[in-house]
Amino acid sequence: MSTDYLTPVLTGTTLMRANPVSKLFAAVVITLALMASIDWVSAAVVLACELALMPLLGISVRGLVRRIWPLLIAAGVGAYGTALLAEKTGAVLLDIGPFLFTEGSVAAGIAVGLRGLALALPGIFILLSTDPTDLADALAQKLHLPHRFVLGGLASLRLVGLLVEQWEMLGLARHARGIGSDGSPVARARNLLGQSFGLIVQAIRRATRLATAMEARGFGSGSRTWARESTFLPLDAVVAAVGLLVAAGAVTAAVLAGTWNFILS
Amino acid sequence: MTPANAPSPGAVHIRTRGWGWRHAGRRAFAARHLDLEIQPGERVLLLGASGAGKSTVLHGLAGLLGSQDEGEQEGELLLDGAHPAAARGRAGLVLQDPETQVVLARVGDEVAFAAENLAVPREEIWRRVGRALDDVGLGLPLDHPTTALSGGQKQRLALAAVLAMEPGLLLLDEPTANLDPDGVLEVRDAVVRVLERTGATLVVVEHRVAVWADVVDRVIVLDATGGVLADGPPATVLVQEGTRTRLAAAGVWVPGWQPAVGGTMPGSSGSGYGDGVLLSAHGLGVARTRRGPAAVEDLDLTVRAGEALGITGPNGAGKSTAALTLGGLLRPRAGRLDASPLLAGTAGSDPFRWRSAQLVRRIGTVFQEPEHQFLTATVADELAFGPRQAGTAEATRTASVAERLRLTHLLQANPFTLSGGEKRRLSVATMLATAPRVLVLDEPTFGQDAGTWAELVTLLRELVDDGVAVLSVTHDAEFIAALGGTTLHISGGAGRLVSR
Repeated sequence: MSTDYLTPVLTGTTLMRANPVSKLFAAVVITLALMASIDWVSAAVVLACELALMPLLGISVRGLVRRIWPLLIAAGVGAYGTALLAEKTGAVLLDIGPFLFTEGSVAAGIAVGLRGLALALPGIFILLSTDPTDLADALAQKLHLPHRFVLGGLASLRLVGLLVEQWEMLGLARHARGIGSDGSPVARARNLLGQSFGLIVQAIRRATRLATAMEARGFGSGSRTWARESTFLPLDAVVAAVGLLVAAGAVTAAVLAGTWNFILS
Repeated sequence: MTPANAPSPGAVHIRTRGWGWRHAGRRAFAARHLDLEIQPGERVLLLGASGAGKSTVLHGLAGLLGSQDEGEQEGELLLDGAHPAAARGRAGLVLQDPETQVVLARVGDEVAFAAENLAVPREEIWRRVGRALDDVGLGLPLDHPTTALSGGQKQRLALAAVLAMEPGLLLLDEPTANLDPDGVLEVRDAVVRVLERTGATLVVVEHRVAVWADVVDRVIVLDATGGVLADGPPATVLVQEGTRTRLAAAGVWVPGWQPAVGGTMPGSSGSGYGDGVLLSAHGLGVARTRRGPAAVEDLDLTVRAGEALGITGPNGAGKSTAALTLGGLLRPRAGRLDASPLLAGTAGSDPFRWRSAQLVRRIGTVFQEPEHQFLTATVADELAFGPRQAGTAEATRTASVAERLRLTHLLQANPFTLSGGEKRRLSVATMLATAPRVLVLDEPTFGQDAGTWAELVTLLRELVDDGVAVLSVTHDAEFIAALGGTTLHISGGAGRLVSR
């Protein structure tokens, strides 16, 4: 049996019922606001709002951390690196040999770390609360993207989950033929390359068969109808408004705090 | 049996005149010189040796062979007087592999997909979805995940998905070849129910004739050299001595006939290997992944030299997982699997810890999909690969294996271009090239014609006679009977040994 790695884990939550297009809109607005300025106030406001909205996902803090821990590490590393290398302004906080941290560099580091997290979270929100099929319906019906492209993408998304399984199976099959993950580093690298090539061959064959099955069901040419109607609910206006509010609030707070630092100025 | 009901007004009429198709890049025509007329509502079983072009005919009828760059067409093939590509949605095709036909994540959406493509209005789509699922007997919620279905259920889902187009022609390309016996009947009965309601024309391709012989009212046998070998009601074609012999020679599973196998029934000659224990399992638990649930628990068994062990049980019971663990490929979840000094030699006693080069000389595992194990560009390289890895390259052994499995004339061919039967023979041959003492096979007879089946049984009998232990995961009762060994029946997470 295969596993769907990309199916949302949450069902029945409020955000799940919202149209994917409105969720995308909110995420894009928030991202634009964050991209416009490098300062810690706007990033902190967005992050605080995102954390406050977390209950909407109906996911525990532990569950969330388990899914995004690589991001937390990346944000920490980014913050540390920036604090170490940014312009050294303000009072000196710590000075041990080459490790010199000042108020200015630490503020820049915190801003980068917070921004990284604040930028990543809207994507996590969408991934956790959106069914890929609903997303495809919305992209084709509401944004009028070409249906061949959207449905082809949706079908291939399902094959991605199968790749993990096929990779393991290929590894066993090759071990049985006498090439496994032992030997010199060169032999291992060559084996990995061979297994990757095998996976590509399998993926292409599988995709070709799926394409035949889709074509046999009339996919490809002519106009098409949609069994599921992608609709906007009052909820979608709320989702879009919340996105705009978070973005506007972040910009206002940063300007009032005097930390606003427009990237194009 | 002739259907009493009249053809529905929507049933498709098929006519071909001197039709043929040559795939781009191939020298020979896949099918040729076909002159056929199939009346609306007729139920046709299409037979022929492998390579006679059965699938090509089905693809042609489904309108999937079209453009110039895909190949060359000869003569004409018409559905209700029109080109199949122009009759989109009139023909519905169900393919062999249940795993590669599922497009969407939910059962209802999957069935709706084809109707959407034909621009059916929304309310009508959901009416059709409900009826198609009823027709195939899949009483599942519309949002049931498609990944959670068994093989038989997936094939019935594929059938329902095609029915949502309301096709006048149903095309089935070996729809039950990959299924366990329950799955086969499940799908066959669903097809019968559908035909009774819709009266559509049926063309089905299948090696195992007995499954469909009572359902169809006409049998057409394609000649591998082009044209038609036999054409008539099953009672004539499948009963007349002349056609029966020709069908049997073409590898078709004619009802009431067993392909002749060579060699001796294992165990009957009293071979001297009786006490040579190779592998022993004590309280062995097997699992596919390191953390996932255990598939089978508490297995106790010994594998002896010169013994055949069949591993049976329903789909998804954990047969393959057990076989891969016994083959030293998966880490035992619990208990122990020990290789005796007779098998292990200089290596340790835990097969899972053997390096690949050690494993390949001791235990050979033939996977269900031959393609997963092909590593090189020619059959000759493929055969020489294992011995080279094991450091025992011996040209004479490789040559004799090739000879024994009738691969000598294919040595320069690319493994991926071989026919299904040839691929199966090659995958077995690559494992024999290193002379392992244990051979594990996963569903070796799935989708094989009677000719390949008989060859395989003969070969395995000879191997057992030579002292090799043969473990086969299989649904095929005749295969187990022909090897005459012990059976390990796996179901509900437990294994039970049944002596013959």
